Amino acid sequence: MTDKDKRPEWSVPAAMAIPEGGYFEDKVDVGRYGPTFPKTPACYGFTIIAKLIPGREEHVREHGRLLAQTVTDAPDSLEVLKLHYLRWVLFDIKSETYFMYQGIFDTDFDKYTEDAVALFSKYGIDTVFENLEGFPADWKTNPASFVQFVRDHQCPSFLEYGEYPYVSADEIKKALRVKAALSEMLDQMQ
Amino acid sequence: MIDLDDIQYILLNRAPALVGRYEFLSFRSAAAGRTWLSAMLEQLRSVQAMRESVEQDRRWVTVGFTWNGLRALGVDEASLATFPEEFRQGMVARAEILGDTGASHPETWEGGVAGPDLHAIVLLFARDDDERARWQAAHDELVARSEGVEVLSSLEVGAIPPFDYAHDHFGYRDQLTALAIEGSGEQPTPGSGPLLKPGEFILGYPDEDGPPTRLPQPEILARNSSFMAYRRLQEHVGKFREFLAQHGETPEQRELLAAKLMGRWRSGAPLVLAPEQDDPALAADPQRNNDFNYAKDDPLGYAVPLGAHIRRMNPRDTAANMSRHRMIRRGATYGPHLPDDAPEDGQERGVAAFVLCASLIRQFEFAQNVWTNDKDFNELGNERDPIIGNQDGTLDFTIPKRPIRKKIAGLPAFTTVRGGAYFFLPGLKALRWLAAGGEELP
Repeated sequence: MTDKDKRPEWSVPAAMAIPEGGYFEDKVDVGRYGPTFPKTPACYGFTIIAKLIPGREEHVREHGRLLAQTVTDAPDSLEVLKLHYLRWVLFDIKSETYFMYQGIFDTDFDKYTEDAVALFSKYGIDTVFENLEGFPADWKTNPASFVQFVRDHQCPSFLEYGEYPYVSADEIKKALRVKAALSEMLDQMQ
Repeated sequence: MIDLDDIQYILLNRAPALVGRYEFLSFRSAAAGRTWLSAMLEQLRSVQAMRESVEQDRRWVTVGFTWNGLRALGVDEASLATFPEEFRQGMVARAEILGDTGASHPETWEGGVAGPDLHAIVLLFARDDDERARWQAAHDELVARSEGVEVLSSLEVGAIPPFDYAHDHFGYRDQLTALAIEGSGEQPTPGSGPLLKPGEFILGYPDEDGPPTRLPQPEILARNSSFMAYRRLQEHVGKFREFLAQHGETPEQRELLAAKLMGRWRSGAPLVLAPEQDDPALAADPQRNNDFNYAKDDPLGYAVPLGAHIRRMNPRDTAANMSRHRMIRRGATYGPHLPDDAPEDGQERGVAAFVLCASLIRQFEFAQNVWTNDKDFNELGNERDPIIGNQDGTLDFTIPKRPIRKKIAGLPAFTTVRGGAYFFLPGLKALRWLAAGGEELP
């Protein structure tokens, strides 16, 4: 056994090269809405890229401001999604504008599809998606159509890396709580 | 208003039965299936009719069909294509999603329930053995004269002693959460959640999200119908008792361990309300025995472990969207009772249960896939439901405790799935429409 084997998983940085298409063919997990993308050292994630309906750029930016306010007012609004980070990007290719939704989260999205759809609806995240070309009109009542849109526009990574691999946001928060408690205890012992 | 005169009784009522019998049927032709169904119609009771005659009735009958069964009855392809994909595929094709792998894999299921020839189920519940025998003789005769109808297999079910309350072979009291539906005339018991929209369980009505959408066609077939997941779950009583003995030195310790696996004492008293010792009076009081929550009452699982069965099957105020994931449960125990002091006798015993809901994928499959079998549920990391999860001996069960938690590694499988199927449970008008070969009814 090498020293590396003795170290906990989170302490050994890890990288995973992912086959074209996003799946390892010999071990595809099947979820309720079809095959699920594998968990990597960078947890689960999406990179969804879709073309914006022309003229909607300001709508989308306005919605970014709205969502920021929502989270300020109710910090646990997005808790269900088990997120680490979200990055929303608008960019141009030639004269067309594209939207990129990149999220890193801890649970295979298939598991909580309906809950996520309900949440998107509740906080109006849908209004962003509704500005994208090809977004299904019946997405609120048809989770399968929402999943299909996500699949059609997902650009799987070919490499993912984690400095502290496979660690969940909840575990990080727990560790920080312990650190804070320990720090407070040490201060009180002075 | 809900059409209580058209919905099969079982959706909203529980029959006061002690025994029952399930028949699994196959139709060799549409005509055969329709002849059989036409003869069955007079036995079926609506919710309302059952309520009115329950005192004098001695038996209650329900019928349901697989997707292959609807095709066998002659439902046309255009209509068949409007049913949800998970129902069209059937439970066997969804095995991996449901956690039916290893010893629970459908290839081990007997009685023809895993094959494409399974077309229909009849559920009989009866007050006693005599009534069941009478019904069975009459049904056998009906099958004999309905050429082209075959009984693939049958399962006898029945309550086990003590008979004064419903419980499974492990001894756990059952039927404690009583959800209630708007317009059904019922009220939920305290802690059983808010009144739910009928469309969560009955097709054709508004659900928690709004008006009904994407119903199977034609409308006459969908309205007042429902979907039903059947599960035959073998309970390994000897192994369960051995486990309790191995991990508990005194009878009190063994009872507490059994309670920790479930989240309730075997009497039914909830650990949140009775964390230290059993409280049979609490258990028997429907106004109190379900009246608790987790977020404030037990956030860390010191009473009910985060992975305990009832905390997974109904996370109450610790899960999002609970009203979209509720289910109606029916069923009974099967197989002989194993007395407390008797050694394991190798006979198959367990529960043969039904989950009724409007969406198998959003309700039943979600519960199986996430609540039962997700190893990361509640951040646990290496656990599944200790009672009904897919256990292969490599998983844990953690019991939060001060000053240090107790972790049991290598939990054995106390149950094995021995059969299952998805059925469509038509309303009474829909059944008449099916029996008439899809002709418009007057």
